[in-house]
Amino acid sequence: MTAALAPAVARGWRRRRNPSLVVGAVLVALVVLTALVSFVWTPHDPTFVEASVRLRGPGSGYWLGTDKFGHDVVSQLMVGARTTLFVGVVAVSVAAVLGVPLGLLAGMAPRWTGELVMRLLDLLLAFPALLLAIMLGAAFGASTLTAMVAIGIATVPSFARITRSGTLQVMSTDYALAARAAGRRPSAVAVRHALPNVASLVIVQASVSFAIAILSEAALSFLGFGTPPPTPSWGRMLQESQELLFVAPRLALFPGIAIALAVLGFNLLGDGLRDRFDPRLEDQR
Amino acid sequence: MTAGATGTVLRVRDLAVGVRDTDLVLVDAFDIARGERVGLIGESGSGKSLTALAVMGLLDEGLQVSGSVRLAGVDHDLVGADDRRMARVRGRHVAMVFQEPMTALNPTMRVGDQVAETMLLHGSRGSRSAARSAAVDLLRQVHIPDPEQAARAYPHQLSGGQRQRVVIAIALANDPALLVCDEPTTALDVTVQAQVLDVLVSGAAARGAALLFITHDLAVVATVCQRVLVMYGGHVVEAGTVQDVFTRPRHPYTAGLLAASDLDAVDDRGRLRTIAGTVPAAGHFPDGCVFRNRCPNAQDDCAVAPPWTGPHQASGYACHHPVPAVAEVGRG
Repeated sequence: MTAALAPAVARGWRRRRNPSLVVGAVLVALVVLTALVSFVWTPHDPTFVEASVRLRGPGSGYWLGTDKFGHDVVSQLMVGARTTLFVGVVAVSVAAVLGVPLGLLAGMAPRWTGELVMRLLDLLLAFPALLLAIMLGAAFGASTLTAMVAIGIATVPSFARITRSGTLQVMSTDYALAARAAGRRPSAVAVRHALPNVASLVIVQASVSFAIAILSEAALSFLGFGTPPPTPSWGRMLQESQELLFVAPRLALFPGIAIALAVLGFNLLGDGLRDRFDPRLEDQR
Repeated sequence: MTAGATGTVLRVRDLAVGVRDTDLVLVDAFDIARGERVGLIGESGSGKSLTALAVMGLLDEGLQVSGSVRLAGVDHDLVGADDRRMARVRGRHVAMVFQEPMTALNPTMRVGDQVAETMLLHGSRGSRSAARSAAVDLLRQVHIPDPEQAARAYPHQLSGGQRQRVVIAIALANDPALLVCDEPTTALDVTVQAQVLDVLVSGAAARGAALLFITHDLAVVATVCQRVLVMYGGHVVEAGTVQDVFTRPRHPYTAGLLAASDLDAVDDRGRLRTIAGTVPAAGHFPDGCVFRNRCPNAQDDCAVAPPWTGPHQASGYACHHPVPAVAEVGRG
């Protein structure tokens, strides 16, 4: 392609339809919208125990029926979306706030410091996230916050690795050398030049980690180490439904679908963002 | 000129760059006077860029540097100075123009900000807005059309020649005493090269800045530089005025370079002239004279390193069997 055409083609790439980005964004928006609406309106009080309506099937009044305590499933799902987003936001924030600076440090520091930081993070990486969450839950009591922080800490290495590789790449470019030649010190080059360049990588990693965090919280709640009652959580809805799997399979189905859609949404969003941000993928399409 | 004279901007003595026990660069001495334009030529792998990076103090952390590099206006030796002190020198007393304008600018920052930042960094402009307008002025001085708009552009919106002008603007921003140019026109379109060289030379002249001009394009050296240093195998093998060195080369390597750059001259088989062999990998240069394994004049005594022959370090050559002084090279 000629030089004159290159900018026009580049704009064309950007405008090209990106189905994973669109579908992912719609699903994520749906979850966010549901969570927001639940603050002002739910069909029923999600935590109100109404013995007279236990295990109702779907119908008018209770669109998706009720569970064994008489909770309205729709209301529980709506408020559960809040928990899900909360989990994702805090876990990803913890991971990014710790991981990105560590990655920057490891990428710009003299070689041995970087290696030391990364090997320590490898130790953390070798430790299963759920086990860490269960340990913290046992030590500090099961709560949504404990679960989220544990998942966040376990995700720190992936953020640090991605930031470090991006930083190493930027630090070896001519413009990083040029910045040093202009009188910038390495730490300033990392913050001023490397950070903006790794931002897109971090955003993609954040949306993928978000999906993993949702799944982990559901798993923890299912095991009883996550969100304690009465706060609704999709994972705990699954757990409570398991003894009724043959009586009322829909009770497992609906939260299962909700989790699947939310995870799918964030994964697709991550994929779509990567396609859009990563210039290296542009030429391959 | 003698070392330490009042007009000296750069004074390099016994500069050695190496990894573990392999020496990559061994430069005995060279000076650059205020406002002087000095070319540093040689094949790829001859140590030109390492010398330039050593002067800037930007060598990779794995390389060992020794010797002395003094710069006018700086009260300490640049070799061995810590990063904090070097950061104050770089971009202010000495600046650098890079080879590849496509990668020497940060793609995520507007070019005006990148120019302004260099001035803010060294406090040569008091405020952000003063630095911004100074940046637009600089862009105008390097002949970028519509500098106000260009200042707001990102690097990818500019052509290669315009980007190199921006890189030059950044280098000139703080009126440095020395400008190190590492093959500044090699990556550019031939039609743009002359304009960019013109901007570079006039910008440096307006500030009284000296140029250390690294290139393997002999025609560029002939138009830009007053003096020239020829490097091979990490050593300066010949030095002198452009006029002397290019018309009466004494070192066989310089003669070979000049013969190879003459596109009219052919050998017996009708092929363009070359220097036989290739540049050895670092650490595999022969003992004694580094050029003796490729040299047409090499004899047994070349196993001993040749002494410098000439009135002073700015003019002379290091060779036991130099090309006869009267020989017309490249036309034979």
